[in-house]
Amino acid sequence: MNTFELLLQGVLVAMQPMNLLYALIGVTLGTAVGVLPGIGPALTVALLLPVTYKLDPGGSLIMFAGIYYGGMYGGSTTSILLNTPGESSSIVTALEGNKMARAGRGGPALATAAIGSFVAGLIATLGLAFIAPYIVKLALVFGPREYFALMILAFVTVSSAFGDSALRGLTSLFIGFALAMIGIDLQTGQARLSFGVPDLLDGVEVTTLAVAMFAIGETLYIAAQGNRGEETVEAVKGSLWMTAQDWARSWKAWLRGTLIGFPIGAMPAGGAEIGTFLSYATEKRLSKNPEEFGRGAIEGVAGPEAANNASAAGTLVPLLTLGLPTSATAAIMLAGFQQYGLQPGPLLFANNPQIVWGLIASLLIANAMLLVLNLPLIGLWVRLLTIPKPWLYAGILLFATLGTIGANPSVFELGMLLAFGVLGYIMRLFGYPIAPAVVGLILGPLAEQQLRRALAISQGDVTTLVMSPIAAGLLIVAAAAFIIPLILRLRGRGEVLSQLAANED
Amino acid sequence: MSEGNEPLATKRRPDWAALIIALCLFAVAAVMLWDVSHMKAVAQYARIGPATVPTAVALGLIALGIWTAFEAWHGDFPEREHQEIAPVIWVVAGLAGQMLLLKTAGFSIATGVLFALTARGFGLRKLWLSLPAGIALSFVVWVIFSQLLQLLLPAGLLERLFF
Repeated sequence: MNTFELLLQGVLVAMQPMNLLYALIGVTLGTAVGVLPGIGPALTVALLLPVTYKLDPGGSLIMFAGIYYGGMYGGSTTSILLNTPGESSSIVTALEGNKMARAGRGGPALATAAIGSFVAGLIATLGLAFIAPYIVKLALVFGPREYFALMILAFVTVSSAFGDSALRGLTSLFIGFALAMIGIDLQTGQARLSFGVPDLLDGVEVTTLAVAMFAIGETLYIAAQGNRGEETVEAVKGSLWMTAQDWARSWKAWLRGTLIGFPIGAMPAGGAEIGTFLSYATEKRLSKNPEEFGRGAIEGVAGPEAANNASAAGTLVPLLTLGLPTSATAAIMLAGFQQYGLQPGPLLFANNPQIVWGLIASLLIANAMLLVLNLPLIGLWVRLLTIPKPWLYAGILLFATLGTIGANPSVFELGMLLAFGVLGYIMRLFGYPIAPAVVGLILGPLAEQQLRRALAISQGDVTTLVMSPIAAGLLIVAAAAFIIPLILRLRGRGEVLSQLAANED
Repeated sequence: MSEGNEPLATKRRPDWAALIIALCLFAVAAVMLWDVSHMKAVAQYARIGPATVPTAVALGLIALGIWTAFEAWHGDFPEREHQEIAPVIWVVAGLAGQMLLLKTAGFSIATGVLFALTARGFGLRKLWLSLPAGIALSFVVWVIFSQLLQLLLPAGLLERLFF
């Protein structure tokens, strides 16, 4: 069967009334939570994971995808109307979008962000559908050592290639590794680092760590800022509709943003931020009136927002085809798959085509729903931004702990949540990125498994890891991704890299 | 970081807090190595077993600890913003309170306490308003999630009163 037929089947799955309902609930919840300041897509997905515990796998993954896309849409609303971007991938949007909102052009800014996200999501999801089968074919020739090399590459790009310090990125990654070692070793059944505590035998849940570090750590950090710098929410003044000139200036930026964002998301490069910064730079260079940039240029919202959503769809390529999460959000999505005993990868395409293609098709539907949901109802979402801080963060912590209690109602689990929350706060305080710890926790054990398989096949000969051309090539790229930024930073060119910091999604 | 901007900047002093981080990394590595040394030697394929990767991670942590200590000694860590401690303590107290009350008082009351103390940390002093509001909101959440979505949330006095 070719891709087109598979996709068509997926659409049939996604169009079932129950699945449509799941998608609608997902995008609504995702938008609502994503709009809240300080909550990015990664946290949105982690917070809402427990909502899906009791549903059937197909339906809940569809809801999940809706939450993911919804979180992305909601985040852009926050960064345009409130000058505090909820996640790092919206920093650029805030740059121009907030200026537009202050100049009374908040409506067109929101419209170009929403339509751009729709266009990018549409193209990138179709890209995902057509590229995925090829990568699945490629993945079938991958053995344990190739997977191991691929994971090493993902580790390097997530932790040290971008951001302002390789040291802090790697430290965060290794904290994730150390936490991943806790629990029973799957191959020998030996307990590791559990110190005789039965609660530790199951290991550390990815969602617990993600919620603790993103929600609780962030809340503590914001609380510690005191009451300085009250933020103002810009009211949406004037027409929501874009003028003919706005359209003319936006559509090329959308397409360019998509072209930039999708490949970056699809490569194991982590983070949607890189694409948004590149897109912003491109638009600035190509613009006929570059002097407008910094004062509210519509291209500066359209391009990066499209790049942002395109790379979000792009990260689904390695996630679905190889089981390789390259961002914190993707890591949590992987945890979502695992809670149903599904392991993304080539086998998922072979064994559960209904689920995979239903999911991809529902992304298209969720995307369309979001456009409808976001443009006319924008006033409703904006009201969420006016919730006073004490109520807002009290509510965020209520839902953050709800997820953990729902997954495992034990005092011990809540204790871990608190401990990791404090750890997340300290890491935030000292400038450590959070995402590498989350990726390390979920990908660490998978990498260990592949390494041990590879070495078991070669009977302990370590050179086997570099004896296949694909594995060797991937390791060389990984080494380059580690060393080149290090040299750039030593030569004082670190600013560019720290702007490309991969922080949350 | 910004040393290039100030060529005449005075020599940076060691960052003691960051040195403590380095010590913590060493401590974690030590615990991991200690744990590995207690593992039973299982007959295993070609020297690679459950102890291999933890050992490698521990060695990595030691290397990162040395690197951290080096940067800390040179004061290379970014400047930290001023932090207010009191709000952090309120929020942590709320989380600890919820943890301790969860089994005895049930989800609604425990989470209501968390809600009120967090709001207090963010400057809302009216506990007589936030505590009942938090308990009421938690109760609504409990009803939705435990009754409709069948999540296992611990029930206490308040929940048993109604269900």
